[in-house]
Amino acid sequence: MPPVFCLRSRRANTTLEILQLLIIGVSQGCVYGLIALGFVLIYKATEMVNFAQGDMMMLGAFIAFSLIEAFDWLFAFVPVLAGLPGASFAFAFLGTLLVMAAFGVVLERGVLRPMIGEPPFAVLMLTIGLGFVLRAVAGAIWGNQPRALDSPFAGGTFDIGGLIIGYENVAIVVGTALLCGALYLFFRFTRIGVAMQAASQNQLAAFYVGIPVKRVFALVWAISAAIAAAAGILVAPVNLIDPLMGFIGIKAFAAAIVGGFGSLPGAIVGGLLIGIAEPFVALHLPPGLSEVSAFVILLAMLVVRPQGIFPSLQQKKV
Amino acid sequence: MRFVLKTNYAQDVNLFLHNGQRFWYGLLALAVLLAPLGLDRFYLGEFAYLYIWAIAGVGLMLLVGYTGLVSLGHAAFLAIGAYAHAWLLTQGVPFVLSVPLATAFCAVIGYLVGLPALRMTGIYLAIATLAFERIAAWVIEHWESVTGGHFGMRVPDPTVFGMSLDGPVPFYYLCLGILSLSLFAALNLLRSPTGRAFIAVRDSEVSAESMGINLARTKCTAFALSAAFSGLAGTLFSHRIGYLAPDAFTVQTSIQLLLMVVVGGLGSLQGVVYGAIFLGLLPQAIAIGRDVLPQWIGEIPGLEPGIFGAILVLFLIFEPLGIHGRWVKVRLWFDQFPLYRRATYKRQRSYLRTERVR
Repeated sequence: MPPVFCLRSRRANTTLEILQLLIIGVSQGCVYGLIALGFVLIYKATEMVNFAQGDMMMLGAFIAFSLIEAFDWLFAFVPVLAGLPGASFAFAFLGTLLVMAAFGVVLERGVLRPMIGEPPFAVLMLTIGLGFVLRAVAGAIWGNQPRALDSPFAGGTFDIGGLIIGYENVAIVVGTALLCGALYLFFRFTRIGVAMQAASQNQLAAFYVGIPVKRVFALVWAISAAIAAAAGILVAPVNLIDPLMGFIGIKAFAAAIVGGFGSLPGAIVGGLLIGIAEPFVALHLPPGLSEVSAFVILLAMLVVRPQGIFPSLQQKKV
Repeated sequence: MRFVLKTNYAQDVNLFLHNGQRFWYGLLALAVLLAPLGLDRFYLGEFAYLYIWAIAGVGLMLLVGYTGLVSLGHAAFLAIGAYAHAWLLTQGVPFVLSVPLATAFCAVIGYLVGLPALRMTGIYLAIATLAFERIAAWVIEHWESVTGGHFGMRVPDPTVFGMSLDGPVPFYYLCLGILSLSLFAALNLLRSPTGRAFIAVRDSEVSAESMGINLARTKCTAFALSAAFSGLAGTLFSHRIGYLAPDAFTVQTSIQLLLMVVVGGLGSLQGVVYGAIFLGLLPQAIAIGRDVLPQWIGEIPGLEPGIFGAILVLFLIFEPLGIHGRWVKVRLWFDQFPLYRRATYKRQRSYLRTERVR
């Protein structure tokens, strides 16, 4: 991501500069973290790797775009909501989460359920193919030109003693924190959340003790599709929406592995690490290196500590 | 049903099992040798392109189909081969030397990539090779003194001993010759201890190791050989496109290569050729379809990769053994006509994590 702020004097305000880069990095890192969260959720529960997670994010952003337009049109007839700023955005946000959750269920039922128990490589290829299909579908419906989401967070900035923070960056960080909190509570305290943890540890044993494993899988896909959609809506004011925006999913994948594939806090930490590294590399190292910094971090991590920052499950020793 | 009774060891070593195979492969060889007589320039070029894909596919098949290591970064080896070859040619190295040198260089790079990859399996390896591909692409883009950076570099025409191979007919024969040699080399490799070790590692790392196979060396060899074949394809590819630029080799290229071996049929060299034919024909079929179908469908951006993706999904769900697997099933059905059992090729599923540790 290019630095979108202007640095007044590089010498005088180095602390300020570092803070500024940190804020950009944290907000971008949260987006990577959110997408990585989707990867990890699906991997944990179903042992499938969903390479199309980034494209699901793209689809979510496009659906939000269309829903906002639809609600804008609809609310013009409702006097109470007509003047309310952000009303259609709020409704569209919720609507998108629901639509994408339904989409996740359909995807699981139609495409991925026949693949349960197949080698992981086959599923990986399948989701890569799925990503291509989603991109073509989005291109067919919404066209190829980039679009801007009509978000209440776009454009505005806070100015704290020279430190400039965009509303959208705050929205991303707060949104990520809220989602993570909700997910934590869900997995820790609800019946179905605990069932999901069980299914993720041993599908067969979970099935024997009466957990509806198939329904759990569908639910996991629904949740991770909804998370992808939320990431898409949050990132839309920063990056424009176009069918190729899902490619940042590859970096999110790197984030998931850096964090330790299969660990939910690891996904967020890995995302933050990669997100924070990028703007600093962009400013201080040769141009273009920031684009590959995620992969350099990934390779270094794989060589030094292949199990990631938070190793999730012990490897089977034979 | 044909049953070959083997009466001496020479029959075990033969490339062809029986005279029927000899006849049909001979016919195929005759057909591809005589193709320039009947085909026009455009189709000859397309066929040469198909052969180049098939050479790269042989490399990827050795790695994915026979050793069971997934690589999402083979476009990088294609690119390294192409750039190394083009650079050597511009330095005045003759074509006949430059091709093996570029191929050997790729093999070395492949070996080095294989070293850290030893510790990883499955998706970790796939994503690490993807990261390698992105980093290699970055190096190619920014090492301007050698690769020309964004502007790219022109590839000198191929000349062998003062004879130009630039025309469509000589280039066709060049690609055909190298593909035949590659297939022959791969076939022999797979019948050698090294090749058998590849297959053993694919089927079970644990049991391969306990049979005395050096896992690390086998995997690195597989990577090096696979990279060498892909680099060889890259040298030809550079002549095919004539002008190298970084955007000729992307993640999409790697995925197309992987799609080729999966659709063709994992674990068979025939599958490589089927996959290459599929990959070569599909864009033509889509181009024809564009003329027939309503205009708005033809104008969808990303239509071609979308159709690729859809076909890949359908293959993985309904025919994971690919085109070659389907052909084997059809042949078996005819062989055992009234007695064919549907469950012959039933897929084994594994629901336990421990079952997936191989």
